[in-house]
Amino acid sequence: MTRFFAFLGETIERAVLGAGETVELLFESTLYVRHAWKRRRFLLDQLYTCGIRPLPVVLVVALFTGMILALQTGIELERFGATERIASIIGLGLCREMGPFMTALILTASVGAGMAAELGTMKVSEEIDALEIMSIEPASFLVMPRLVAMSVLAPLLTLVTDVVGVLGGCLVSATRLRISPETYMNHVVDSLSSTLTIFDLPKDLYTGLTKAFVFGVIIATVGCAAGLKASGGAIGVGRATRTAVIQSFLLVIVVGYYLTSFFYT
Amino acid sequence: MTSPDARPTDDGEPRAPSEVMIRLAGVHKSFGPKRVLVGVDLEVVRGETFVIVGPSGTGKSCLLKLIVGLMAPEQGEVWLGKQRVDGATRQTLHEVRARVGYLFQSSALINWLDVGENVALPLTEHTRLRPFEIERRVDEYLAMVHLQPSKRQMPAELSGGQKRRAALARVLAGAPTVILYDEPTAGLDPVMTANISQLIRKVQRELGVTSILVTHDLPCAYEAGDRIAMVDGGKIVFQATAAEFQKTDHPAVRHFLNGGRPPIGGKS
Repeated sequence: MTRFFAFLGETIERAVLGAGETVELLFESTLYVRHAWKRRRFLLDQLYTCGIRPLPVVLVVALFTGMILALQTGIELERFGATERIASIIGLGLCREMGPFMTALILTASVGAGMAAELGTMKVSEEIDALEIMSIEPASFLVMPRLVAMSVLAPLLTLVTDVVGVLGGCLVSATRLRISPETYMNHVVDSLSSTLTIFDLPKDLYTGLTKAFVFGVIIATVGCAAGLKASGGAIGVGRATRTAVIQSFLLVIVVGYYLTSFFYT
Repeated sequence: MTSPDARPTDDGEPRAPSEVMIRLAGVHKSFGPKRVLVGVDLEVVRGETFVIVGPSGTGKSCLLKLIVGLMAPEQGEVWLGKQRVDGATRQTLHEVRARVGYLFQSSALINWLDVGENVALPLTEHTRLRPFEIERRVDEYLAMVHLQPSKRQMPAELSGGQKRRAALARVLAGAPTVILYDEPTAGLDPVMTANISQLIRKVQRELGVTSILVTHDLPCAYEAGDRIAMVDGGKIVFQATAAEFQKTDHPAVRHFLNGGRPPIGGKS
């Protein structure tokens, strides 16, 4: 029994310390944003890695998410003779929740996992130690460009997901539910503009983009932190990658709930 | 055992009074239940190349990491010049590391930068030199290690020996006063091993740096080292000049030099 509590205590202590280190890394890297111009080349590399590379997957997933949503919802709405509501449901659902969430999942699986693996490999091959000995802070040299790239690109990719998802819904609505594209798009715009706006952005859109920004920060920070803590060769890199993906998924879902609660209650 | 000061320089001139550059006193280090270093005392004077040899897993690389603050000892003191490394603040560590170059066993070249960019890294990060001046210096350092033709190659395209030489050029670009070499000849063929050993000697002669060289490679130790120490059982069990080291009857050293076999005609 004593052993069990000792194990439990150690596990909790490790988790709390790990979370503390991740938050510390986030603050430290944020302070180094002032080095962004100096590291513009690495920043551009990361903008390409985080934005262009996952784009094909984002486009396909967004298109089919919109199509599936339209198909499933349309079948139900048809039974009640309310198919015209489909545009509002897809528009609001994607902008508020599905867009940021789906994009975050894609970015976690592709970019976040990649960051953990890349930094983990650098860690186990002593490249991080070499940087430290050269008095080059990994938080500035490696983490900051990734953090900036993800916090800029996650909202942009979410916007792409929203638009392509709505178009996917439009495609199914026109072909399967006999709703004209004009009517569909008018309903989408009406439903979005019926809410409060800030800087001409409908609330449903800016809350979604705010979530995407937070998700981007989470994915970059968790991925980099897991990579920088890797140890023990290839197994350690695999473990770091798995940890990054699991922690990012969980944080995206939990933080997503609290952000929704913050904005809508 | 001969003191490093008693020996003349390579030019036959008497040495200047010694100044201890690196000092470890009563250093203990464990990894979990395994005690790796058990009260290590070590002094390296300015300008000498101090070689550490010993069986695998006896904490030789660990000693180097303690000196640059990549690891912290559980007990004891680590000094680099007049600065204490163990328990140092981040600022002090930056100051200490600004004077130290570290050649990793794995070379530790940044894999997404080419050779030239790797060598330029200390210059772009810590100086305000103009790009053409950085390029000129990079060319100089690469020429010093005979690697100029590989300037635009990526680390993955280099052989083991080329990687070590590129890493050495990067170390030199940081203008260190102390260089720590961790198994610089591991896995290299005899020709490349001799090449690297000569480079280490050349760097020490031309730049006057203080060096610690951890190696298993005895020809390299004899070629590059002023003094050689043997680590065994978590302690330095013997240290002497390269010539004395080869002749000593110390049992642990003889056991190591004979590759664990009893000497010919000797008792087992």
